[in-house]
Amino acid sequence: MQRRLAWAAFVCVVTVLGIMRADAQIVIEVTRGVERPVPMAIVPFGWEGPGPQAPFDVAALVSSDLGNSGRFAPMAVEDMVARPTQPAEVRFQDWLIVDVDYLVIGDMVANADGSHTIVFQLFNVLQGEQIVGFRLTTGSSEADLRVAGHRVADMIFEELTGIQGVFGTQIAYVNEQRMGLERRFQLIVSDSDGANPQVVAQSSEPLMSPAWSPDGRKLAYVSFEGSRSSVYVQELRTGIRERVSSREGINGAPVFSPDGRMLALTLSRDQGNLDVYMLNLANQILTRLTRHSAIDTEAVWAPDGESIYFTSDRAGGPQVYRVEARRGGRIERITYEGSYNARPRISPEGDRLAVVHEDRGNYRIALVDPDTGLTQVLSNGSLDESPSFAPNGALIIYATQEGGRGVLASVSTDGRIRQQIASVAGQVREPVWSPFPRI
Amino acid sequence: MIRLLPILLLLGFGLSACGGGGSTIPTGAAGDDSGATAANGGASGAGGTSTTGIGADGGIDVTRMEPGQGDGPLSRLVIYFDFDRSEIRSDFSDMLRAHGAFLADNGERAVRLEGHADERGSREYNIGLGEQRAQAVRRVLMLQGASGNQLATVSYGEERPAALGSDENSYSLNRRVELVYR
Repeated sequence: MQRRLAWAAFVCVVTVLGIMRADAQIVIEVTRGVERPVPMAIVPFGWEGPGPQAPFDVAALVSSDLGNSGRFAPMAVEDMVARPTQPAEVRFQDWLIVDVDYLVIGDMVANADGSHTIVFQLFNVLQGEQIVGFRLTTGSSEADLRVAGHRVADMIFEELTGIQGVFGTQIAYVNEQRMGLERRFQLIVSDSDGANPQVVAQSSEPLMSPAWSPDGRKLAYVSFEGSRSSVYVQELRTGIRERVSSREGINGAPVFSPDGRMLALTLSRDQGNLDVYMLNLANQILTRLTRHSAIDTEAVWAPDGESIYFTSDRAGGPQVYRVEARRGGRIERITYEGSYNARPRISPEGDRLAVVHEDRGNYRIALVDPDTGLTQVLSNGSLDESPSFAPNGALIIYATQEGGRGVLASVSTDGRIRQQIASVAGQVREPVWSPFPRI
Repeated sequence: MIRLLPILLLLGFGLSACGGGGSTIPTGAAGDDSGATAANGGASGAGGTSTTGIGADGGIDVTRMEPGQGDGPLSRLVIYFDFDRSEIRSDFSDMLRAHGAFLADNGERAVRLEGHADERGSREYNIGLGEQRAQAVRRVLMLQGASGNQLATVSYGEERPAALGSDENSYSLNRRVELVYR
């Protein structure tokens, strides 16, 4: 199944509020979906307001979200035999004959106070009954309606799959563009479908290793401005940032603790020796977690905050280890399969690690059971890196290469669904999935 | 310009060495160490020095060759490494000896050691590799007489490749430490 959706078409309007719009819009393509995606129809929503047309096509966004998930096959609008917008207008026979299993209809009303109300219903066509119906009230801007559309898609997805949807989440990633000898690095935050990209930091020196705060309001990242590495924490809404670590040597690989109070990071302040440290963001107190002449880096906190996983080459090549976050001390090796397992990221449930794994000369994303060390390769590229779990634990986004270009891809943790997320301009890498938005 | 006694005259170096043009072509890369042996000719001690002409007073004006100039071991500014390793290969020992001696003789000079990795594997681990490579070079230079305050290190990991290809030839050019004199 090949479906290409040119998101650029939806994002003509540039909103400027001190935020730069990135010119690196990305495009999603499902390269492998489930064997038989569920056929459904999302009928264009009705519109009760000024003008002949709604300011934003919410149903089209819902349709592309569900199609992009690889689990559903939404019908094209031009193939629809009827366009009901109210439950009373639905004739199940119309949809049975075109083999649609599920039907979504909706209506949007412009209210006197400027807000918009969206009402939608989800029907099981085979059983001829309504499954759920919801009413949402939102603002009137395209951004508001886009958020509402993702929310509608999330509710339908969860209703039909039992998995919490991630269409309303965001991703952060690094974009690099080369213009002759000059290079431009951008840290970009976009919707999870690649729409609405916004540049949050830009530099002529490398930017790397973005990490979300658990409340989704801040990003920690590494910047080489001034030709040395420093770790910054930036508030996304205001753009205000703080340089939290600029010690001698390396300042790298920042990640927030689950409570958001601490940052684990890699420093080489001790005679160039790389170890994992914890930085208390409130009082700047630094605690050393590892002490070894090998490379110790790429820490990540377990969701319960009790332990920290990290990469170390203390046994020769890079492997994943675990250490108690509070006490330090005993260090336990987790990965044994293969000669290269690095950059662990942990699932929201804490039961699986995603790592960069060498698989017969290829660098691929693999899932590791932290208790047994059992390793399962998920991706199929040759230079895959930077895995990051979606907050529902069902998908992993990662960086890969296609035709010598850095692009993003995602894979479901069961390996069944793959998506290529290509950038229009430049090299894209280091994707990190945001937490669920707080509603 | 440094005036040296004629005794230090470097017979192994012709005037032509001045025209070498500061090339930093990585002759030692990709297992090709012909450059390393070729560069040995006549460089004694600090190496890489070169004559510029005969002074009017009968002495000889000698210009100490700047790092990166000419074709002696001091002309080479990049050290290459094997995959996932940070040990210094033997084909770079002459070069590092020359730089160590240069720094020992020129206490006011400082060099920045920029460590790099190829693009394979994870980015922060590669930052670690670049740092270990820079530290390995730092230790050798200090053994050769450079002092710690002349040496700064930074690691760019895979973020600043010298060659853009995804093949072993490019990888071997990217696993490196660059000496950047200030």
